[in-house]
Amino acid sequence: MSTYNDSFTDTSEGRVFTVSGQDWDALTDQLGEVADERIVVNMGPQHPSTHGVLRLILELEGETVTEARCGIGYLHTGIEKNMEFRTWVQGVTFCTRMDYLAPLFNETAYVLSTERLLGIEDDVPEKAQVMRVLLMELNRISSHLVAIATGGMEIGALTVMTIGFRERELVLDLFELITGLRMNHAFIRPGGVAQDLPPGALEEIRGFVELMKKRLPEYADLCNANPIFRARLDNVGVLDLEGCLALGMSGPVLRSTGYPWDLRKTQPYCGYEDYEFDVQTWDTADAYGRFRIRLNEMWESLRIVEQAADRLAKLEDAPIMVSDKKIAWPSQLSIGSDGMGNSLDHIRHIMGESMEALIHHFKLVTEGFRVPPGQAYVPIEGPRGELGAHVVSDGGTRPFRVHFRDPSFTNLQATSVMSEGGMVADVIVAIASIDPVMGGVDR
Amino acid sequence: MTEGNVPDNVPDETTSPAAVEQEQIGTRSGMFGTSGTGDTSGFGGLVRPVLFPAPATAPYGGWYDEVAGALAEAEPTVVIDRGEITFHVRRDDLVAVARILRDKLRFEFCSGVSGVHYPDDAGKELHAVYHLLSMTHNRRIRVETTAPDADPRLPSLVPVYPTLDWHERETYDMFGLVFEGHPALTRILMPDDWPGHPQRKDYPLGGIPVEYKGATIPPPDTRRSYN
Repeated sequence: MSTYNDSFTDTSEGRVFTVSGQDWDALTDQLGEVADERIVVNMGPQHPSTHGVLRLILELEGETVTEARCGIGYLHTGIEKNMEFRTWVQGVTFCTRMDYLAPLFNETAYVLSTERLLGIEDDVPEKAQVMRVLLMELNRISSHLVAIATGGMEIGALTVMTIGFRERELVLDLFELITGLRMNHAFIRPGGVAQDLPPGALEEIRGFVELMKKRLPEYADLCNANPIFRARLDNVGVLDLEGCLALGMSGPVLRSTGYPWDLRKTQPYCGYEDYEFDVQTWDTADAYGRFRIRLNEMWESLRIVEQAADRLAKLEDAPIMVSDKKIAWPSQLSIGSDGMGNSLDHIRHIMGESMEALIHHFKLVTEGFRVPPGQAYVPIEGPRGELGAHVVSDGGTRPFRVHFRDPSFTNLQATSVMSEGGMVADVIVAIASIDPVMGGVDR
Repeated sequence: MTEGNVPDNVPDETTSPAAVEQEQIGTRSGMFGTSGTGDTSGFGGLVRPVLFPAPATAPYGGWYDEVAGALAEAEPTVVIDRGEITFHVRRDDLVAVARILRDKLRFEFCSGVSGVHYPDDAGKELHAVYHLLSMTHNRRIRVETTAPDADPRLPSLVPVYPTLDWHERETYDMFGLVFEGHPALTRILMPDDWPGHPQRKDYPLGGIPVEYKGATIPPPDTRRSYN
């Protein structure tokens, strides 16, 4: 036990001082002979610039970081375990909450693996695939906006944050219009998507694209050549291609080394091969390059969104769910004044017209469908890199095991390599350039 | 996905699984996924094995044979299912296999390791599943190895794929698989003093006491459910 004046304990590693706001002079007097510049700083888990509940254990020599370690797990919610006790469709509701900045990517990764297990990959209707692409690219824009916004805030560029969240709100409004929810949509389901586009959605999307084309240059004007911004980001958090591959880095961090690896191009899914867009790379392998890649990728996402909207305009009234009645969600959903729910027409049908339809609905909703035994892994290109779900089925109505390979989790391992030897202030920039989301890291 | 856009990283011609014995990883009883109910249909006594896809026989087709040939020394069991190839290797061969895959066949990128607990798969209850990617050739494979519950040790692949550092810690944390040679195998997601490994199938699940006349919500694995 330590008193106010006696704030140290002797351990086998040496004398450990606990500093928690007391008089600094009293502490330095106690340091006496052992005073040197080496201190261990515990940063987080509750620190505004550690992206949620990330704990950093920094060993400092003056202001230079000699060792950086991460402590994670503060947001572990057992989502993978929970999914083993819910039906295959309900799993979407859980995994959408993992990486809360990219919910639609989590859903798609899980759903694609499930569809491969079901053997219905080729049966998913075109409109469902186009809607998935549209939603994912809108989601990529909102995720990159947060990455840039919070990254800017952490180095003091508060305007970047305010305009970043301003634009993100527009994307979330679109999500609310299309899926009924701003986040945690549970909209992409095995076999398709939950419901059709609401009337007027395409006009809203086109209006958003036009607005973004005016707003995105603001970020370039604010940041691209800003000497303070460049001074903080240039040559910070450097990790070359060799290091990236050894550490399993993917996404903007990998592309900032100049390697154009993007699963949307190299291993297309959801019909990405039918869209025109370019893979964005940079050649500096530093935080600035990652910022520019995110900025450029938002432009590419806008291109894809435009193409997807054009295709959706031609797909009015096309099916959005597989025709297999044993897999497709029995009810058509609609958005009412109190959120998303079963459509009234469907309720009228099962409650008043057809006993068989009621039984079918009841069985599929309570019991769910069975998935043939086996395992599948279908990775997709999330905003932060390769996101994939390793899904194992034992032939039951619930997943036997679901494991998410979350890019935040893997990329966060590079913290120490990127920050050791640098200044303590650069640790923040390096982590912001990885853009980890703790919901995805801890799951 | 339509017929025309099957990714070109899967060979066109692959052999269909031959009629060899499929791997049984468990049994399923009853017809309707429930137990303990008054099922008078007679189907409640039905017992069926849970069969995983059967191993394929050589030649496997396309580049699958190239990879299988390079790994011949480890005598992997090859399963080709749903367009994905899995090499089941013995745990003693794991490091050698990984080195060949990385150095000779250019599987530069490891997506991580995922543990799976099959309590009924006697003698190899714990599986570790690695997903590897060759960016040079645009190929994906899965390498799977097992360890018995009584001796849950696997060699660590961190020296080959440093990215597995946290992944192996997570698998240890969740399944109790001990990766020998890992630089610091400690818990990563659960608290350091946590007892047990939560993702194992035999991990006890908690119920929830509710404030109504001594009622409780039973743990999810003991609730009446369809599975």
